[in-house]
Amino acid sequence: MLKNGEKMLKIDKLSYNVKENDKDKEILKDINLSFDENKIYVVTGPNGGGKSTLVKLIMGIINPDSGKIFLDEQDITTLSIDERAKAGISFAFQKPVTFKGLKIKQLLDIASGKTNNVGQSCEYLSAVGLCAKDYIDRPLDDKLSGGEQKRIEIAMVLARGGKVNIFDEPEAGIDLWSFEKLTNIFSSLKSTTTIIVSHQQKILEIADEVILLKNGQIEKVGSYSEVAPLLNQSCAQLK
Amino acid sequence: MEKFEEKLLEKLTDLHKLPSGAFNLRKNGQAEVRNTTKEIDIVPKKDKSGIDIIVKPNVIGKSVHIPVIISVGGLSDLVYNDFYIGENSDVLIVAGCGIHNATCKTSTHDGIHSFHLEKNSKVRYVERHIGEGEGTGGKILNPVTKCTLKEGAQMIMETTQLGGVTSTVRKTYAKLHNNSRLTIQENILTTDEQTAKTEFKVDLVGKGSGVEVVSHSVARDNSFQEFHSNVIGRNECFGHVECDGILLDNARIISEPKIDAVNKEASLVHEAAIGKIAGDELIKLMTLGLSQKEAEEIIIQGFLLG
Repeated sequence: MLKNGEKMLKIDKLSYNVKENDKDKEILKDINLSFDENKIYVVTGPNGGGKSTLVKLIMGIINPDSGKIFLDEQDITTLSIDERAKAGISFAFQKPVTFKGLKIKQLLDIASGKTNNVGQSCEYLSAVGLCAKDYIDRPLDDKLSGGEQKRIEIAMVLARGGKVNIFDEPEAGIDLWSFEKLTNIFSSLKSTTTIIVSHQQKILEIADEVILLKNGQIEKVGSYSEVAPLLNQSCAQLK
Repeated sequence: MEKFEEKLLEKLTDLHKLPSGAFNLRKNGQAEVRNTTKEIDIVPKKDKSGIDIIVKPNVIGKSVHIPVIISVGGLSDLVYNDFYIGENSDVLIVAGCGIHNATCKTSTHDGIHSFHLEKNSKVRYVERHIGEGEGTGGKILNPVTKCTLKEGAQMIMETTQLGGVTSTVRKTYAKLHNNSRLTIQENILTTDEQTAKTEFKVDLVGKGSGVEVVSHSVARDNSFQEFHSNVIGRNECFGHVECDGILLDNARIISEPKIDAVNKEASLVHEAAIGKIAGDELIKLMTLGLSQKEAEEIIIQGFLLG
């Protein structure tokens, strides 16, 4: 447990550039954010605003040009992806990764760091609305539908049981499954920090704080009702 | 048998002791022990080295184990085994060769296997090849598999070679008659300076015949692999060849899948992909707490054994 006033995750003056026509293009500029324990944060904003870049920087999939990231007051900026995973950060990809030959149970075992019995594996899969016996022995490959892949991606984060759980556009491809069940999952992640990249109103509504990113900068951080008017503006500008 | 020979046999067959059904264990070029049943006969050839395995018609759920062990250096073993599978039979055949060579002299095993599947018979053929032993002498395995599938026959062929074999040339020829099916799953790992060459030629002569070939290969270090397949459709038939290779270090893989639709009703597909381990697969497993090295091993293990 964190002491009073300590933040689970802190981001300090984070910047990220890419090369475009031999020139640096700023994707994120001097981002400062802090995330509390037991809260849901939804990162939203126009496409190209830097949302996925921000969460990939937190996981260590890409590295910042400047700035620092702290987890439990420890500087994790130079840690590798697996070191950050071991420190307690979990990540569900926007486009789930598939494998040739790796089975779903094996991946749930790797995620949870233990050999699960059928009942335990079943719990993770049932939570995302899948019948475990139909999936445990199946490979996580392209023969699964996009929606199935997406749900298993979320189940792996549940199995991981991290301190900071990141979901990059979790709603994409799960149209056959109710949003209510998805939002229930996020609400059930007690004592953790949940960071969700999303455009979906129903997900925005469950946020304790909405972070509006636009042109690589933070436009606003606040409750959904505080940020909602600005979201409409952003959409209008896009049109 | 010595302890290390027993272990090698276990790796080849998954058996801790000799099976209760039909079997023939060949060791260092000689028949070591053999058992036949009233349904499956094993007869030594009179004109050359090898055996005839005769499965009577309507034999269901039985198995035949014919492992070969070579535990000496400087041996060159050539054997001809013929399998006759009676009508409507459904059997498992476990074969394979393990070479344990602790010497500086090369040992070779060339197994020429011919399968004759009668009408509506089914065979699952499992073949493992293992090379081990600290000696510098080569461990060379050159299997040839010839299959003739009569009407309605089905054969599943699973071949696995997971390292240790200095060089191998694997040739498979098949002729498929009406409504027969052949499925081949090949998994090969090469390391160090090893070489592996695979050739498949499948002749789809019968109406409704079909073949599926899936080859998964992993080449590490300076090893070299070649995959050549040739599926010929001479009737209304289907064929699918998939060759996937993972490259590590300075290894090289050549893939040459050929399909030949002689008959316009033939439906033939080939897919081939060779490359490094996909970066997104590594990243995903690292987000689950595995190091890059651990992630690579898990991906390769799943690819070869999954």
